[in-house]
Amino acid sequence: MKHLLGTESLSHANALAILDTAEEMAAVGEREVKKLPALRGRTVVNLFFEDSTRTRISFEAAAKRLSADVINFAAKGSSVSKGESLKDTAQTLEAMSADAVVIRHHASGAPARLANSGWIDAAVINAGDGTHAHPTQALLDAFTMRRHLARLAGTASTGTDLAGLRVIIAGDVLHSRVARSNVWLLRTLGASVTLVAPPTLLPVGVEHWPCTVNYDLDAALDAGVDAVMMLRVQAERMHNSFFPSTREYARRWGLDDARLARLDTLGLADTIIMHPGPMNRGLEISSAAADSPRSTVLAQVRNGVSVRMAALYLLLSGDLHDDAATPFSKDAR
Amino acid sequence: MTDTTFLVRNARLLGADAADLLIADGHIAAVGTGLAADGARVIDADGLVALPGMVDLHTHLREPGREDAETVETGTRAAALGGFTAVHAMANSSPVADTAGVVEQVHSLGRESGWVDVRPVGAVTVGLAGGQLAELGAMADSRARVRVFSDDGICVSDPVLMRRALEYVKAFDGVIAQHAQEPRLTEGAQMNEGRVSADLGLAGWPAVAEESIIARDVLLAHHVGSRLHVCHVSTAGSVDIIRWAKARGISVTAEVTPHHLLLTEELVRSYDPVYKVNPPLRADSDVQALREALADGTIDIVGTDHAPHPSEAKDCEWAAAAMGMTGLETALSVVQSTMIETGLMGWDAFARVTSTAPARIGRLADQGRPLAAGEPANVVLVDPAHRWNVDPYAMATKGRNSPFAGMELPGRVVATFLRGHPTVLDGARNTPFRGWAD
Repeated sequence: MKHLLGTESLSHANALAILDTAEEMAAVGEREVKKLPALRGRTVVNLFFEDSTRTRISFEAAAKRLSADVINFAAKGSSVSKGESLKDTAQTLEAMSADAVVIRHHASGAPARLANSGWIDAAVINAGDGTHAHPTQALLDAFTMRRHLARLAGTASTGTDLAGLRVIIAGDVLHSRVARSNVWLLRTLGASVTLVAPPTLLPVGVEHWPCTVNYDLDAALDAGVDAVMMLRVQAERMHNSFFPSTREYARRWGLDDARLARLDTLGLADTIIMHPGPMNRGLEISSAAADSPRSTVLAQVRNGVSVRMAALYLLLSGDLHDDAATPFSKDAR
Repeated sequence: MTDTTFLVRNARLLGADAADLLIADGHIAAVGTGLAADGARVIDADGLVALPGMVDLHTHLREPGREDAETVETGTRAAALGGFTAVHAMANSSPVADTAGVVEQVHSLGRESGWVDVRPVGAVTVGLAGGQLAELGAMADSRARVRVFSDDGICVSDPVLMRRALEYVKAFDGVIAQHAQEPRLTEGAQMNEGRVSADLGLAGWPAVAEESIIARDVLLAHHVGSRLHVCHVSTAGSVDIIRWAKARGISVTAEVTPHHLLLTEELVRSYDPVYKVNPPLRADSDVQALREALADGTIDIVGTDHAPHPSEAKDCEWAAAAMGMTGLETALSVVQSTMIETGLMGWDAFARVTSTAPARIGRLADQGRPLAAGEPANVVLVDPAHRWNVDPYAMATKGRNSPFAGMELPGRVVATFLRGHPTVLDGARNTPFRGWAD
């Protein structure tokens, strides 16, 4: 496996390899000298066509902790804004000897084009493409959930998956690459996923995904849940009639104070609240929910660096096996 | 007048019994067995099928304006090699073919090229902008004698404008060829909306966006008593609506592209923009419905929607890529593969959907005629047993964007006669026709 483009065809073994390696990387982050020589002399390019300070910094920290040289390329103010094509930009960067290209792009499938078109030889890591995939986010979410399960069980998380875990993903699923990548990865790791959203913010075809769908957040919570992941909702969606108003959205699909209290009433003492950030406080999540002891928002950010170190290290060392599924296989799932 | 007399021996006429065809002075001089003619060049057509020259109602020749993508010369060479003797050049050139001047320019370029009859399509609205009617009458009366009008690429979505256009062209027996795509339902759309778009995170292009316009338009055509032609039908639901309209006696004809007869949306999983096209590739159930509709006559014709693009328009990420596929040099093979080798139709029906019916819709008097004595010699000879691997770089079109690249397909055009003159001989480009009568 040379590239990390999505989670749909990521095998159970490779997913566990990344998560287990991330545990080792996390241990490095707790040392006084937070640096490994693993990628010394290798060059990682952060190729960001979309503004994303958080993800870019996370990848940058990951690469630097592995001693790689890091080049940051932001489309704004670059030759891209003068009309340079993705192909030319990528080839320019490769001519500077990039070993890995971490790409964030507004077009779904742009990382796949970079990996499969023969333009460049470098390893490609998808750092979020359009409304398609965000595999390292899903991996850091799974890492966070796995640690939570291990802590409850009083065991080590290494080698374990998420069998039996009940997860709600609530919000703008239609436009969310985080939701897509989580659905596939959590399925592979044995969790059961329920998507909760207004029907307008679910894709046509969602019935084919390995998850259940519920339009009613309260009913989904009542059914029992171990992790509630709230997705960012953009207020602009209101203007395209995806929902009538932000207040109606917050009432029906937001994790507000009442629903936070409901988790206690339901006896779900160990249920965690997750959010990939950035949060819209008061819209999809109340401040009380975001700041509660249940919230793993900051742990997710911290774990992001470990997971991205693991992905970079494993892809560049060639230690991941080829995933069996092909992009064309209908029955890959 | 043409340079030579040809005696085609033992060709299977429309795939049926073998007979000889004597081609002289631009016409089929005789049909029969054991024909002889002194001085005639003899073509051994043993095993070959003789068909009326194919007529494409939907070709993008790109000239004027986008000569980097295609010219009338290269596009019509491709057409002749693909077995065509007439093509309709779509109006979305630059400038748009919305005046008599532009359609006459395209008409003249076609004459200069001489590989096929080039019939310009006129724009329905000025600049394809959907605001006001172009001078349809002036285009109809021009030397280009335009009968087909289309804003193809863009839907005439305004119902009043569509009604007026349908009514107006009755004055000169024209037809409106509609690109059925409800614009609001397809804003930013990238591929068919369904299972695959959900997985890929590409904005969906719902079938209903096509079907709702077709439903509206057949009702409008019925109301005002006009002819409607529906371009590139792509969904099973559209087929149902057209079938219903025809049963009601509404004057509607419909077209399907070769690529919609063969390819499905599953190919988009590669994110390779060679599969990006408007209307988008649909589901397998749609492909099956389209094949059945073409066989039973609900869909009247095959139109290529040949849409060449320069390589940079496809060598990029999906969202940035242009929509469209080349098709002139693969149409015959794809239709043979999907319709004839599947047993859905024979070569006689092939002649109907690729020649007779499109010539009738476009009001081309001397195209799509029977293979009979006295008829214009627009004839193509096909070797149905031949199989070949599609190589876009070996094609005459400038466009390299063939979605069939690398596929093995059946069928080969051995010869194409345009008014008795061989534009293609021995499977290779010969010389252009120069004997225009007017």
